[in-house]
This record gives sequence, structure tokens and C-alpha cells, in this order.
Amino acid sequence: MVDTYRLRSPLAHLHLDARAHEEADISGTGVVMKEIPYRGLINIRGDAADSAFVDAVQKAVKLSPPVDANTVAGKANTTRIMWLGPDEWLVITSPQGADRAMKALWKNLKTDGLHAAVTDSTQARTCIEISGPRAREVLQKGCSLDLHPSVFGPGQSAQTIVSKVAVMMTQTAAARNGDPTYELYPLRSFATYLWTWLEDASQEYGLKVG
Amino acid sequence: MFLINCPFCGEREEKEFSYGHEAHIARPENPENLSDAEWADYLFMRKNTKGVHLERWVHTAGCRRWFNMARNTHTNEVLAVYLMGEQPPKEIRDMIDGKKKS
Ligand SMILES: [Zn+2]
Repeated sequence: MVDTYRLRSPLAHLHLDARAHEEADISGTGVVMKEIPYRGLINIRGDAADSAFVDAVQKAVKLSPPVDANTVAGKANTTRIMWLGPDEWLVITSPQGADRAMKALWKNLKTDGLHAAVTDSTQARTCIEISGPRAREVLQKGCSLDLHPSVFGPGQSAQTIVSKVAVMMTQTAAARNGDPTYELYPLRSFATYLWTWLEDASQEYGLKVG
Repeated sequence: MFLINCPFCGEREEKEFSYGHEAHIARPENPENLSDAEWADYLFMRKNTKGVHLERWVHTAGCRRWFNMARNTHTNEVLAVYLMGEQPPKEIRDMIDGKKKS
């Protein structure tokens, strides 16, 4: 793990905190965007049919790796596990929880006879959250997936392309009125491009930084 | 642009995938016993099919898994998708055999 004081978000140069402060009133806005930096992102690989693997993951992060394609296990803003492939998952934690989750996964999966891999990729990506009544329309401008709530609702995830950028994407929640909240996880070197593209695509709906 | 049904993620746009050329080309067991022509044949010679072609694809922007696909190179119709290590479904084999006879 990198010392906390050394962390620098790839979007730090956009001074989003200052903008969020200025744009404090987000009522009536079509789209709200914010960066959620420093989340723990731990790649795990193993065999979901092997109960020893599933038990070890369960013991480490209190969740089983989801076997359904394109889904996330766990609640938004808590530790979650995103399906990445038939033998590959991403454990997403809070910034504070990353170190502990990494150690717990390493300890529990480092068992004789268990074929698994744990890779810390926390520094590889950042998280851009986009929400609001027009958020889906913004994403749909650059993403070929069907994001209609009947197909891509809360708890769904995908690795796909948004405006030429490969992202891990999930819908975390829908407000009571149906307004969605999406999280996009681009590689950090693509974060500025993706943020500015999303910002541009949001202009016609009214954008605020949350 | 066409849709490809990734055997793991489901239907996605073709731009998420990369093409891996002709499928089912086994590496020779004893390369040291091969003539230069035989080795060159393994390395370089590929079918240039007009019609049903068996090929490898990888879901680059998605699950990053390789799989096999039967595609009509003339119409871009995706006829079947099957896993690495598997043989094409019987109806695809019949399609290819039928074409050879005619
Ligand atoms: Zn896939």
C-alpha cells in the first residue's frame, strides 16, 4: 500500500472539491458528478466451484464472489465484489478498508492446495460517480450497452467502453423516483479524458459537481 | 458493426472484441522434425474462406477471455460461439462439410 499522504487522485488538478463547494445546491440539476478517489480495488482470481476458495473469500471480506455474470455482491458504499469474468472478481472497499481487506484476502487465500491469486490494483483506477435524472442519457451517448433499468439496474455491472475508455461500471442505486447512480472505474490515465467528456456530454442537461 | 455474444458476458458490440485469426491450428508436437516448409505452413499459411470461418476472438474490453466463433466472412453473420478447447457445433461442421462437397 502507498503511504496515505502520498496519494494523489488523477483528477486532483481539476479542483473538484472547490467546484462542489461553489455548486452546493444540486436541486433541479439533470446530472451530478463527483470523483470518489482512493477506493480499495483488489483483483482476485480463483474457482467459484471450489468451496475452499469461496469460504476463504467469505472469511476475508464477509461476501461470496458472485457467480452471475455482470453483477455485484454487497451494498453500495460498503465492501463489494464485482464479477469480472468466470474466475475473476474485483473487491471494492472504502479507502480506509483497502489495507485490511488486502491482508485478510492474502492471509485466507494463501492456503496449501488452494489455487488463487490476489492483486492489489487500488492505484490503477479512480471512481467517477454520475447520478441524477439525466445520468443514463449522458452515458448512453458513449456506451453501447442497454442501460435501461429493466436490463441494467442496481447491482448490475459491466466491463465495457464509454466514449473509447474501457471502464468497469456499475449501477449502485436508484432513488425513489427512479433516478440512477452509476460508478465508472477508468484507469487513472484515462480519468481526465473521461471526466471532461462526461462533463461536456452533460452540458445540455445541467451539470453540477457534487 | 455487429454484435457478438460473449459466452461469459453476453451480447456486446464488436468494438469490445479483438480478432485472433483462424482457430483450431494445433502447434506441431515435434517442431524439430519438421521441414522448413511444414513449419512455415504452421506459422504463416491460413485459410482465406469466403463463407463459414472458424476463428478466435477475445473480449478485450470486457472479461478478457478467449473463445471460438463461427462467422460467415461474406455476411458477417455470427453462426456460433463456443469455448476454447471445444469443437464447433455439429450444424456448423455440417455447414462446412456441405460446402466442400458442392
Ligand atoms: Zn466477455
